Amino acid sequence: MNYLTIPWENLGIGAFWLMLMAFLVALPCSQMGSFLILRRMALTGDAISHSVFPGVVIAFVLIGDLASPWLIVGAGLAGLASSVFIELIHRKTRVKQDAATGISFTALFALGVVLMESMLGKNVDLDLDCVLHGRLGLLLEEAHVEILGAQVPQPILVMAGVSLVTILVMVVFYRVLLLSSFDSGLAASYGYKPVVIHYCMMFVVSFIVVAAFQAVGAILVIALLILPGAAAYLCTHRLKVMLLLAGLHALLSAVGGLYLHVWFNTDMASAVVVCGGALLLLTWLLGPVDGLMWKWLKEEDVQSEHDAPHST
Amino acid sequence: MDLLGLLDFLIPTTGAGKAILAAILLGAGSGLLGSFVVLRRMALMGDAISHAVLPGVVAGLIYSPERSPVFIFLCAVAAGLLGAGLVRAMMATTRLKSDTALGIVLAFFFAFGIMWQSRNQESTAGVMNFLFGNIGAINTDDLRMMMLATVLLCTVVFILKRPLLEVSFDEGFSRGLGYPVRVLNAVFYFLLTFSVVVALQAVGVVLVSAMLITPAAAAYLLTDRFGKMLVLSMAFGVFSGVVGGVVSASVNGMPTGPVITLAATLVFALTYFLAPQHGVMAKVLRQAKRRRRVHRENTLKAIYQIQEASGFSHEDVDLIDLAQKRRNTEDHARKECAALLRHDFIELSDDGNAVSLTTSGWKRAMEMVRNHRLWELYLTNEANYADDHVHEDAEKIEHILGANTVKQLEQDLDFPELDPHGKPIPQPQLVAPPIA
Repeated sequence: MNYLTIPWENLGIGAFWLMLMAFLVALPCSQMGSFLILRRMALTGDAISHSVFPGVVIAFVLIGDLASPWLIVGAGLAGLASSVFIELIHRKTRVKQDAATGISFTALFALGVVLMESMLGKNVDLDLDCVLHGRLGLLLEEAHVEILGAQVPQPILVMAGVSLVTILVMVVFYRVLLLSSFDSGLAASYGYKPVVIHYCMMFVVSFIVVAAFQAVGAILVIALLILPGAAAYLCTHRLKVMLLLAGLHALLSAVGGLYLHVWFNTDMASAVVVCGGALLLLTWLLGPVDGLMWKWLKEEDVQSEHDAPHST
Repeated sequence: MDLLGLLDFLIPTTGAGKAILAAILLGAGSGLLGSFVVLRRMALMGDAISHAVLPGVVAGLIYSPERSPVFIFLCAVAAGLLGAGLVRAMMATTRLKSDTALGIVLAFFFAFGIMWQSRNQESTAGVMNFLFGNIGAINTDDLRMMMLATVLLCTVVFILKRPLLEVSFDEGFSRGLGYPVRVLNAVFYFLLTFSVVVALQAVGVVLVSAMLITPAAAAYLLTDRFGKMLVLSMAFGVFSGVVGGVVSASVNGMPTGPVITLAATLVFALTYFLAPQHGVMAKVLRQAKRRRRVHRENTLKAIYQIQEASGFSHEDVDLIDLAQKRRNTEDHARKECAALLRHDFIELSDDGNAVSLTTSGWKRAMEMVRNHRLWELYLTNEANYADDHVHEDAEKIEHILGANTVKQLEQDLDFPELDPHGKPIPQPQLVAPPIA
C-alpha cells in the first residue's frame, strides 16, 4: 500500500481537480493576506469574512440565485460597510480599533443570520453548514464544463478567474501597495490617498473572501488569508520573496490538504487549513529569520562562550 | 452537597425560565470579563479563544458518550488555554504582531476542530449547538455548571479586582509594584476562557466575542470609573441576554445568539450617539460650542483692533468698518454682533449701526489680543520663528491659552510691552478701557 498514490487511485482525475481548486482558492487569499499582515490588519480579514454574510443573504433574497455575480457585489458592499463601521467607531470615540472590529463584525454577522432565518425558508441552499464548511467537498458533483477536451468542474473556472484578477491587480498596483503598507505617510506624499487605498483594498479583500467563502466557508477563509503570509513572514525580510513564499505555502497546503483528506477521511477544506497550520508551525521552528531552533542554538553558543573562561 | 442542592433550588423548571437564567448568567460573566478585555486592547483575544475552544468541545463530545457537561467544559477550557498560550508564545518569540498571532490560532484551531468533527459526525451531532448557540438546548446540568462557573468568576474578579486592573493598564508598572504579573495574566486568561465557554452554549462560537466586547465598549463610553464600568457592562450584558432569550423563545426559529448580539449592538449604538461625555452627539455639540466661542472672540478682537487703529479716540465702531475688518458683508457683521449682544460683550448704539464694548467685552478682547501678541513674541524670541510666520499659529492658540500659561509666558518674556510687529501688548489686569 503506497500512501502517496492513494488519492490518485481513489479519486482519479478528481484528486487533481480538488487540489487545483484548493490552490486556486488559497492563492489570491495568500497574496492579499500578506499585505493585510504587513498592515497589521490581519483581523480585518476576519471581520470582513464574517460581515460579507448579510450582503450575501440580502443579495440572495433579491436575486434568488446562488451563482449570481450580484452576490459578490452584495458581499463586497457588506465588507466595505464593516470597515466603514470600524473606522466610524474608533475614530469618533475612544473605543479602540480591536474592540471596534469586534463590535462591527459580530453585529453584521448576527444580522446576516437573523435575516437568513427570517427571510429564507429552511430548505434553501444557503445554510449555516455552508458558512462553516463551504462547498469544496461537493466540487466533483458540480456541473462540468468541457475545455480542451477535459471535463473541468465549473467552480474551478470561477476561482481561476478570481486568482487571475487578483494577481493582475497586485502586479499593477504593486508599488502603491508596497509603499502604503510600509510608510503610508510617504505614500500620501506621492499622492496615493491612504483612505482611498484602504477602502479599495477592503473591497478587493471582500471580493476574494466572498469567492473563497463559497468554497471553504467563512471562518476557514481567515486561515487562508493569514497562514500563508504569516509563514512567509517568518522566513524572509523581502516583500517579493514573501509573496512568492506565500504562494508556495498555498500550493503546499493544497497538496497536503488533499492527502490529509484522503488518509483520514475528513472534510477537505479544513484539512487544507490544518496542513497550512502545520507548515506554519514548521516555519516557526525552522524558519530562516524567526526560527526558534536557530535562536536556541545561538543562545547555547553564547552560553558556552560565556562559560568557557570560568571552566579554564 | 448542600450547596449544589441550593443551586438546584434556584434553577427554574420551565424551558423559558432556564433560557432566561442562562442568559442572565452569561451576560453577567462576559460583561464582567469584557471590561478587562476592552481595557487591555485584547478585544479579539475573546474571539480567538472562542474559536480555539472548538477542538476541545469536539474532544469532549467524542470521548464522553454520556455528554457529561463537566468533562466537555474542562476539555473546552483546556483547548482555549492552549490557544491563548500559543498566541502569547508566538508574540513573544517572533516578529508577528498580535493581530496575526490571534488570527493564526483562531483559524488553525477552528479548522482542526472542524476536521476532527467531520471524521466523527454521529458522535458529535450536538456540535452545531456550540457553534451557533441554542439557549433552548441548555439543560439542568449545563445550568448548574454555568452557575458554578459564574459564581467562581465573580468571586475571583471581586477579590483580585485591583491587581487585575493594574496589570491590564500597565504591565511594567505593576511589575514594579511587585505584583506577580505572570500569575495574574495566567489567572486572567483562565477566567476569560471560563467565561467564553460559559457563553458558548448560548450564543455560539462566532458571537461570544460580541458578548465580551459590545456591552463593555458601551459601558466604556458612559463612565471613567472602572467600578462603574464593571457594573454597567454586566447590566448591559444581562439586558441583551434577557432580550435575546425572550425573543428567541417567543419567535419561532429565531436563533438566540444573533438576537442577543443585535440587542447588545443596539445598546452600543445608543451610547455611541448619546453618551453624555464620550458620545458622538456630545462631541459634535462641544465642537460647535467651541467654534462659536472662537468666532465671538475673533469678532471682539476685530472691534478692539479697529479702536486701536484709531488710537482709541472714540468708543463706537461702525458695523461697516467691522465688516471690512472681518472681510465679510455688513449683514454678517450684524449677525456676529447679535451673538456678542447675547453674551453682553457689546452694546448697540441707538441707530443700530455702531457698537461699543462693555466692560466684560473689553476685558475679553484685550485678553485675546494680549494672548495673540504674547505668543507671537514667544515664537520669535524663544523658538526662533521668523516674525512673518507667527500669525497663523497665534491665531489658533490665543483661544486656548489659560491664565497660568499666560503668566508663565509674561515671566519668560520679562513682561514685554511690544509684540514683534511693534504693537503694544495690552494689560487687561491693570487698566480700565483706555478711552480718551
